[in-house]
Amino acid sequence: MTHAMHDSDGARPKGSMFVEDAHTRRRNRAEARFRLYGLAAVTISLVVLAVMLITIFSDGVSSFRQASVTFDVTLEEEALDPEETRERSDLMRVTTIGYGNLLGRQLNAYLERRGLTVEGVSDRDVAALISRDAPAQLRDMVLADPSLIGETISFKVLAQGRIDGYLKGRVTRDSALRDVNISPEQLELADLMREAGVLTVGFNWGFFTLPDASDQRPEAAGLGVALIGSAYMMLLVLVMCLPLGVAASIYLEEFAPRNRWTDLIEVNISNLAAVPSIVYGILGLAVFINFMALPLSSPLVGALVLTLMTLPTVIIATRAAIRAVPPSIRDAALGVGASKIQTVFHHVLPQAAPGILTGTILGLANALGETAPLLLIGMVAFVDNYPASPLEGGFLDPATALPVQVYGWASRADAAFIERSAGAIIVLLAFLFAMNIIAIILRRRFERRW
Amino acid sequence: MSVALLFGLVIVLACVGYLIGRYRAIASVGGDMRGLHSLPSFYGWHVFLFTTVPSLLFLALWLLAQPLVLERSLSEFFPSDRFDSPTERTLLLADVRRVAEGLDKAVDQGILTESRAVSLRTEFGSVRDRLAEAGVALGSDVTPEVLRAAQDYRKRSAAGAVIRTALTLLIAGAGFAFSIYATGPALRARSRVETVILVLLALASTVAILTTVGIVLSMLSESLRFFSMYPWQDFFFGLTWSPNFRGNSELGLLPLLWGTLYISLVAMIVAVPLGLFTAIYLAEYAGPRTRSVVKPMIEVIAGIPTVVFGLFALVTVGPFLRDAFAEPLGLGSSASSVMTAGIVIGILNIPFVSSLSDDIINAVPQAMRDGSYGLGATKSETVRQVLLPAALPGIVGAILLAGSRAIGETMIVTMGAGAAARLDLNPFEAMTTITVKIVSQLTGDTEFDSPETLVAFALGMTLFVITLGLNILALAIVRRYREQYE
Repeated sequence: MTHAMHDSDGARPKGSMFVEDAHTRRRNRAEARFRLYGLAAVTISLVVLAVMLITIFSDGVSSFRQASVTFDVTLEEEALDPEETRERSDLMRVTTIGYGNLLGRQLNAYLERRGLTVEGVSDRDVAALISRDAPAQLRDMVLADPSLIGETISFKVLAQGRIDGYLKGRVTRDSALRDVNISPEQLELADLMREAGVLTVGFNWGFFTLPDASDQRPEAAGLGVALIGSAYMMLLVLVMCLPLGVAASIYLEEFAPRNRWTDLIEVNISNLAAVPSIVYGILGLAVFINFMALPLSSPLVGALVLTLMTLPTVIIATRAAIRAVPPSIRDAALGVGASKIQTVFHHVLPQAAPGILTGTILGLANALGETAPLLLIGMVAFVDNYPASPLEGGFLDPATALPVQVYGWASRADAAFIERSAGAIIVLLAFLFAMNIIAIILRRRFERRW
Repeated sequence: MSVALLFGLVIVLACVGYLIGRYRAIASVGGDMRGLHSLPSFYGWHVFLFTTVPSLLFLALWLLAQPLVLERSLSEFFPSDRFDSPTERTLLLADVRRVAEGLDKAVDQGILTESRAVSLRTEFGSVRDRLAEAGVALGSDVTPEVLRAAQDYRKRSAAGAVIRTALTLLIAGAGFAFSIYATGPALRARSRVETVILVLLALASTVAILTTVGIVLSMLSESLRFFSMYPWQDFFFGLTWSPNFRGNSELGLLPLLWGTLYISLVAMIVAVPLGLFTAIYLAEYAGPRTRSVVKPMIEVIAGIPTVVFGLFALVTVGPFLRDAFAEPLGLGSSASSVMTAGIVIGILNIPFVSSLSDDIINAVPQAMRDGSYGLGATKSETVRQVLLPAALPGIVGAILLAGSRAIGETMIVTMGAGAAARLDLNPFEAMTTITVKIVSQLTGDTEFDSPETLVAFALGMTLFVITLGLNILALAIVRRYREQYE
């Protein structure tokens, strides 16, 4: 090729091997450039990955901490049990509004006693510092133990979302000026309460146990239902996917005759692996919900859809693991008189088990992060009741899933929900990370090279 | 008896059967196993399979058929004109089911006695209030015919449950008794068990085909229903997308298709150079140590759920593009845009393009590289003029596969592309895709008889056909290319 370029001169180039001529320099520069492009591509990809993970972690890590207010509440009898009967039916008559009023009064009185007041903060503003979840919490407490009425208890409640955001730096005095839900004076009061130890920040256990909460109460929203829903689905996917996938792979690898039918199955499996996940959602909606009348939003339907979706992945991994078992093992087993089925179940499967498990775990990890098909079968609905235990039909109760909860919170308006959404992603990624580590350990420990 | 309990009972019976079968087989030859046709455990498995397989198959069929039969039997409670229209029927059936459930709950909690639940009439007071006590909220009060239908539904499903339990146990018991009776030294237990296992294995492998058939049938039938309500020309060639749940919607595919293709194009412009150069660098330049560190890190991208990328697009990329490009350039003020979604999908596809290309580049025989180096070519010249032309068909296949993934991607576009269907060239404008509209038409309260919801199935069918076509084409190209060097 050097030739072609220099033919125009009509003569061979003069020069030494030890001196770079202009043409070689150009070629070397092109080489260096090309290498740089490659390096740049790798760097860009890794930097983007890093930026994404860092922004999500920095957005989300604050959701693991939560501000709460601790103050003394006197559970006044005249407000909570005007009939003085302590009968459940009478106590039920006092609604959360009654409890809300009581809490507001008590918080005002408490702060006044402690001398924590700020000019320009009305009683209502003070009452608004605690979560709207608090009255229901107190009501449940009193209903569970009516003997508390008349006592003074130290009550710890979640602080309102904006106060929580203020302590975490999301809300500032400037943003409070433009916010109808909070005023700079309230923030000043929050500072005083913080110094006095009334307002504290601690680990947010509720994030893992509480169900989802309405738009007004971001501070009370948790992943409880989503974690249970995801756990149920993963359990069901494992129970359905592993036997089906292994059975199909054994048949295709060890028994299937080579004919049109098996070819068709093979083509089907490779195509199904590439079908967009949302198509499985449409399938689930049409077949499991409309035709078989299974309940919307239930983990069972979610698991069925995810099973169909993961099955091709599991089959492909399992077949590779079975194929990796050398034929000599089969020959040896057949040689000492084992039947074909005995050979497969006693020798091939145990040898392939680590590979199968690794593939299944990776398939499950895929299923755990999948969102789109679950949206179509109604798992995005607002669910604030925990599903029952599996023995009581919990697989048919409405639930959500971790990735769906991420999506659900991300589409709410309040910035506090974005924080929760990123927090949920951290939890999700932690699970995925753990599953991948288990898969890698399994592979390292048990993989055999033949 | 609940289905789970019934299932458990059959399994327990089968396990007991395994032990008895094994024991009987050994006993029948007086402990001398040489007299048996098969190993003792096969006699156990023989009983196990005979107990479980027929009874559980029956149970599965019953569970599929019962709702259909029950719904048909409800028709006698309603005037036929109400029952014939699919909308009203769905609503009525949902009502009936909810009232029946409510009655069950009320009986469970002791608010109603069983006999009261059966004899309850609307004339004696509001049923809705009674059910509200049991924690079942109903939208409107219960009409007499719905209540009677619900009571009948309860009666029949209770009867159905009893018959189901009885028949399943009967079949399990019959299989159990028969197989134990048949156990003896001459029984070819191994052949029988192995045949059954083989059939079960073959059945499992057909699930893949059933899934495809399910996908195609469900989408095809609903799409046909859609096309019977809405002219197909308007769907495939319509230029406006404005669904309106009160009717008179314009459901043109073209704006959605345009959004989908535009976003995928942006995604490929990001993913192909980055992925390809990453693959080339890792295959040809990077040392084994860099490779062993960088390659898994790039593949981490592929393991992250798409909803995470969606949030990244929504919170970081979208606002950044808006503030840095769209607003200064006067191209719009929307954070969700073609660029946002396209770039993020592109990032998602980098590992996909790079790992496929990596495989393909590594498949090019070393001899071709050596030949090129021997002629004095530099590495980059070898890559550009020898490797890439040789690997081109495979790389095209990989790009097509990545394109099909970009077209089918849902979460990133739902969160980053916007919801406005638009035929526009401005990449900083919000546009929407087929997948976004499938999600938005099918979430929330939906009834499956208006063109506005059924259109989602036609969209799904279109998406399925496009991605399937791309996949088949790509796989064919990749396969042909692989054969070339084997």
